[in-house]
Amino acid sequence: MSDVILRVENLSKRFGGFTALQNVALHLTAGERLGLIGPNGSGKTTLINCISGALYNDDGTIVFEGADITRLPPHQRARLGIARSFQIPKPFRSMSVLENLRIPLEYAAWSRAEHRRITDEAMHVLETIGLKELAGKSSGDLTQVDMRKLELARALAAKPKVLVSDEAMAGLSGAEVDEIIEILLGLNRTGVAVIMIEHIMRAVMKFSERVAVLDAGQKIADGDPQSVIANPDVQRAYLGE
Amino acid sequence: MSKISPFWVSAAVVLAAGLAFTEIVENQYYFTAIYLILQGLIMAVAWNILGGFTGYVNFGSAAFFAVGAYTAIALDKALGLPLPLLIVAAAAICGLIGLGVGYLTLRLKGVYFAIATLAMAIVLETFITNWSYVGGARGAYILTPDKHLWFDSYSEMLFMLMLVLAVVSVAISRKLNFSRLGRGLAAIRDDEVAAECAGVPTLRLKLVSTTIMGAMMGVAGAPYPFFVTYVDPLSAFNLFVAVNAIAMPMIGGTAHWIGPVIGALLVGSMQEIVKVNISSELNILIVGVMLVLFISLAPQGIVGLVQKHFLKRKA
Repeated sequence: MSDVILRVENLSKRFGGFTALQNVALHLTAGERLGLIGPNGSGKTTLINCISGALYNDDGTIVFEGADITRLPPHQRARLGIARSFQIPKPFRSMSVLENLRIPLEYAAWSRAEHRRITDEAMHVLETIGLKELAGKSSGDLTQVDMRKLELARALAAKPKVLVSDEAMAGLSGAEVDEIIEILLGLNRTGVAVIMIEHIMRAVMKFSERVAVLDAGQKIADGDPQSVIANPDVQRAYLGE
Repeated sequence: MSKISPFWVSAAVVLAAGLAFTEIVENQYYFTAIYLILQGLIMAVAWNILGGFTGYVNFGSAAFFAVGAYTAIALDKALGLPLPLLIVAAAAICGLIGLGVGYLTLRLKGVYFAIATLAMAIVLETFITNWSYVGGARGAYILTPDKHLWFDSYSEMLFMLMLVLAVVSVAISRKLNFSRLGRGLAAIRDDEVAAECAGVPTLRLKLVSTTIMGAMMGVAGAPYPFFVTYVDPLSAFNLFVAVNAIAMPMIGGTAHWIGPVIGALLVGSMQEIVKVNISSELNILIVGVMLVLFISLAPQGIVGLVQKHFLKRKA
């Protein structure tokens, strides 16, 4: 086992009277591929928002590479190496695809980037993701699948150590799903740990080394994929009694 | 870089033309008319840094213009500082107020931010109205200094000064537009959450943006008392001036630095032409009509129209 890079302990998040997450614990080792699943409304995206800093958790701590980041604003977490994609793509619409990547390269990865070669680095990321031909295109005019890829490309341009992919494949066709899985696997081979939130079980099973399951704000299972889907609690959460 | 960019060549040409203009032209009307257009231009450029580049559309920016004017009045009365120092002081004070107001209001978004800035403008106006040292509601008279360097008149000197300030403002705005900072601001405008997650320190950048906006507005306002020689809160916090500062970038286009420049030159000169040739009331209508036309027909302004046309031809 390699080192734990990200550790979430006793994390709780409430929205008014509604408890979205309760005492969730989760860890991620360097270079690991973790699948995070759960029914709609189980708190997956809330957990991701807490990890990336878009939301602050009420209780609990988040430790990244040994440092407590619980109260750090999102841009500092991005600089440390936590990148995420958004479930609903949020491209910088006034910019071209290439310019979209300049932002994380010039901000999140500024200390790690070669300042004179930002365009080359951005092109390199686009090549990896398969968006090279669209580099000059306006990001608002992309198709759904290309917009998802742009989300991943932008997260990748932040040169993360942990990438959180929030339903990057929702609504895509079978071939497109395979394409995204390949991208994520390729990325993982370069040493980036990936948390993949997904509803498409085929993708989760193919991709994940380990699967964690959330239900109604609590973690109900965590382990290797086969044993998790055989877990009666998990089956009950998805299918009911 | 060995090559001098076309921008700086044009800037030099504009300044030289301005100097030549003061030598050749006798009719003082032209200097006052162009002064007003340039004042509008600086305000449009300033508004655009927060409203256009950063995407925080607001109605209160023009209040900084008034604060700049009153800073000049107060310091002129208290210390009798020369105009260049008054301008620097106005920039500093308005920049600081911009920073403070930004810190208080930037947590708000969209309409709420716009309303908060409007409220701020009213608070500042109330403050000035009750400050008797600068004349309160009665207003303040400024004596135009006798000296005007080598220029034939004081208004010629003010015209040249405004031209220099305008060129500097545009240069700052252009520099910002193409810088790392400017790209960060654009990311905030497009999607603030995504920007933050891409590592952009959004709060800090927004504060930089309000500070520059405030300082630039203050610079536009500082020479104003010397231009009109009488200022009262009603004229300094004039709604018409405020609307112009918004309308000019909107009409020119907000995403690119050239947008507010085009908008200001177009709207400003139209207003002057109408004011002289038709009626001084009708020129207020011009802005309104143009604003409505552009917002409904070309929301990206003139720059947007040109870009669209250009892209179509390329495709």
